[in-house]
Amino acid sequence: MSDFGLLGIFVILAVLVPASMLLIPYMLTVAGVKPHRPNSVKNDTYECGMRTVGGSWVRYNFRYYFYALSFLIFSIETVFLYPWAVRFKDLRWFGFWAMLVFVGIITIGLVYEWRKNALEWK
Amino acid sequence: MPVDRLATGCQPLGFWDGMGLWEQWGINFFPRLGDTMCRAMGGATPGGIPDWLIFAILGLAGAFAVVNVAMLGVPYVILLERKLLGRFQHRVGPNRVGFFGLLQPMADGIKLMTKEDITPRVADKLVFSLAPLVFVVPVLLMFAPLPWAPHAVLADLDVGILYIVAVTSAAEIGVFMGGWSSNNKFSLFGAMRVVALVVSYEIPLVLAIVGVVMLTGSLNLAAIVEGQRFVPNLLWQPLGFIVFMIAVSAELNRAPFDLLEADSELVSGFHTEYSGMKWGVIQIGEYAAIIGFSGIIATLFLSGWKGPAPMPGYLWFVLKMGMIISGFIWVRATIPRLRVDQIMNLGWKFLLPLALINIFVTAGEILAYPDGLPVWLIPVNFAFAAIVVAVAARLLGIQGQPRQVVPAPPVFETMASS
Repeated sequence: MSDFGLLGIFVILAVLVPASMLLIPYMLTVAGVKPHRPNSVKNDTYECGMRTVGGSWVRYNFRYYFYALSFLIFSIETVFLYPWAVRFKDLRWFGFWAMLVFVGIITIGLVYEWRKNALEWK
Repeated sequence: MPVDRLATGCQPLGFWDGMGLWEQWGINFFPRLGDTMCRAMGGATPGGIPDWLIFAILGLAGAFAVVNVAMLGVPYVILLERKLLGRFQHRVGPNRVGFFGLLQPMADGIKLMTKEDITPRVADKLVFSLAPLVFVVPVLLMFAPLPWAPHAVLADLDVGILYIVAVTSAAEIGVFMGGWSSNNKFSLFGAMRVVALVVSYEIPLVLAIVGVVMLTGSLNLAAIVEGQRFVPNLLWQPLGFIVFMIAVSAELNRAPFDLLEADSELVSGFHTEYSGMKWGVIQIGEYAAIIGFSGIIATLFLSGWKGPAPMPGYLWFVLKMGMIISGFIWVRATIPRLRVDQIMNLGWKFLLPLALINIFVTAGEILAYPDGLPVWLIPVNFAFAAIVVAVAARLLGIQGQPRQVVPAPPVFETMASS
């Protein structure tokens, strides 16, 4: 368990060190070393030098929805694959065929998706 | 050292094994610290100082060391990349600041620290400021279970590789936060593309690891290194190694998969609006991920701290990491960027079937030879990998759509003929 304690300490430091790197410039601004002179042109949204047209928080094409669905299926498959991979020398050929059937079923789904052109980036 | 501590009557600490990094480096910082504290509090027993305090102080020191290895390695990886890219393009690269350009990272850091920080007026200010932090923290977390040398690991997790897979995919939340909150079209497109890309390549990446886990029978990274007794896993897993390398360079948004910041199309992707140290922290995140993933590749496939010559373990490890990083830079200098649809096809129609084939071929090999794989399987593996890659490339049609020839508008034809 001590390893997870160390991990906890590490998490705290991994947050604090980058956070301090973000705070130092702020303090430098307060100290007057770093310039802070905003104006309306500088704070405008960048758009290749043209006047910005409209905002970006609009409805957009949710293209990777199919990918996200397939990702979900395969990541669940992975959850089953990892414990199998750790213990599979004990499970021997039974485990091999069982996992082959399981992955086979999901692969049939992948092939169906493929045939239906759900994997095309349109 | 342990003997010394026993002589003073101060008992060894329970988590001593996790602190071996310093023993390897011959600094002996931790035993002296532990002993000094033990003696200062009156000696013979650990009583006096609560165990949790010793634990917290030593843990903080170790964690601080690892965080700094990650953060301080970044400027020099950037320098290495600039130097190597210069050489690839027949230039010299940075060589003005300090000897051989070695102080260039310092100059860059000072510049970033003192540069004006611009936040767009229309941005979501809170999310905009938090995004670099959310991006960099998971990347740093990846370093905790990396074994640098025997016993030299901060947190020797039994689920090491699973932890790394889980933690690294969290960085994309930061990417999307940054892209969305900037309220800039380029940022949004960049972030959307990255999420699609990472979601697609996460699967082959994770499946390629399964082959290594099967060979070792453990998820612990140190155990995986110990499991590579005579030859590195690369020789048993050439197909897995290819899939893993490609998937990692996509995870890292390196060329040829750098859709994240496809400069010619998207300015610089999700961090278009960032400047100053926020931009710097994002860069630290990207390059720390390269260091971390190189360490993981070295651990999984290149037998980590082990090597043929008697050299300290951490030197081997760093040497292998450097080779892999240089390999990534070489790829960046050589291969042009892919289109989005080509990348998606490569991930789902090429790497994913290959990774599944690799798992079951490996499983069959291990079950057929339960007492250890015979040496003649190594050339067979390589030949098999080459054949599978060739056949898959031919059969699965990853060449993409046939190129459509769009007739040029008449005005261009007249210009061309005149």
